Amino acid sequence: MNGVHDLGGMHGLGPIQEENNEPVFHAKWEERAFGITRAMGTWQLWNLDASRFQRELIAPVDYLRWSYYERWIRALEELMLKTHLVSRAELDTGRPDAGSTIHAPKLTAENVSVLASKGSPAKRDVPVTASFGVGQSVRARNINPVGHTRLPRYVRGKVGTIDRDHGVFVFPDTNALFLGEKPQHVYSVRFAARELWGAAASPHDSVYVDLWDDYLEPV
Amino acid sequence: MNHTHEKDHDHDHDHTVVPSDPALRVKALESLLVAKGLVDRAAVDALVDTYQHKIGPRNGARVVARAWSDPAYKQRLLSDPDAAIAELGYGGLQGEHMVVVENTPTIHNLVVCTLCSCYPWPVLGLPPVWYKSAPYRSRAVIDPRGILREFGLELEETIELRVWDSTAELRYLVLPERPAGTDGWQEAQLAECVTRDAMIGVARIAPIQHGAPA
Repeated sequence: MNGVHDLGGMHGLGPIQEENNEPVFHAKWEERAFGITRAMGTWQLWNLDASRFQRELIAPVDYLRWSYYERWIRALEELMLKTHLVSRAELDTGRPDAGSTIHAPKLTAENVSVLASKGSPAKRDVPVTASFGVGQSVRARNINPVGHTRLPRYVRGKVGTIDRDHGVFVFPDTNALFLGEKPQHVYSVRFAARELWGAAASPHDSVYVDLWDDYLEPV
Repeated sequence: MNHTHEKDHDHDHDHTVVPSDPALRVKALESLLVAKGLVDRAAVDALVDTYQHKIGPRNGARVVARAWSDPAYKQRLLSDPDAAIAELGYGGLQGEHMVVVENTPTIHNLVVCTLCSCYPWPVLGLPPVWYKSAPYRSRAVIDPRGILREFGLELEETIELRVWDSTAELRYLVLPERPAGTDGWQEAQLAECVTRDAMIGVARIAPIQHGAPA
């Protein structure tokens, strides 16, 4: 979707605010928001792409004014409502509905180190033909999907070169909507800064963007 | 909409009694999820402890120091980063598929995620707020030299600047140049001078002026 999350190339959002000796979390609630969100992911009722899409659906004005973990927690609430893990009444009262199912937690403290060290790879070991080869010129398609996509607006319609083939990965556009993994090649595509931003950009600069096969067309 | 009506609704347009203060909201949510058996408090504690104390940029610093000390390791790190990073015991969540990009006297690399906050957790930990912020995500691709200037790095005009936008599940680590003044240093000493910002690419590692640390 052409949402406010797709920030690449925007102006006017202010200076970088660096913080010396920044803590990992800035408040206790951020710690809990992080931990709860990761723990709930282990129920596997949604996936990483669906989580990202849910955060993209936050209204633009809220997306920009809410802090990072506030966006996480709001999106988590929506995902839990959609998958019927919680009801609106439960979120309102903070208490389980009468007669609601009491589960056994999926993630225990003992499993946390395994979760962190194993991760959840998005690469798929399946034979899929690559449509493009290293060194080939490609154009990022000018498409405007209303669902989730990882094709940023600033490269659409622009011409780049395949720099490397990363192999076969889950396709976020379908995976976010639970329409299947549609595994396909992901390439690092090099775009000259002048192709993206015009003659004022430095001739020495380029942006490398990781793009799926379906996002590209031959030139 | 008249003023009184607007005031009645305050900020909360979803017509619920859920508190808008995130601290209260998260506290209520955790209580609910624990009561429903969906979340184990001890697991949340362990997750927080892992990313607060166990996984952070010191991991990446050890990877970089090893690459500076051992040319064969550096080659493995560049050609098969997942395996090379695993040699030091790191890897996993949000670093399943790593790419290492090397700074040289003629090439500088900078990492961003314009669409969200992708960052190589196993080697750098959780990202700093500025990395996840709109100012960085918006300008790193259109004005990377301006961004570097804000971090105090004036990049020479002739240096090739490569910006890596982490739009897929590849996670990027910058291998900074080894600073001058570190000849003969042991790996552990070298790791001490590697900064998080240098491994993102918003900084260089300054030359060492006073010889090896005690």
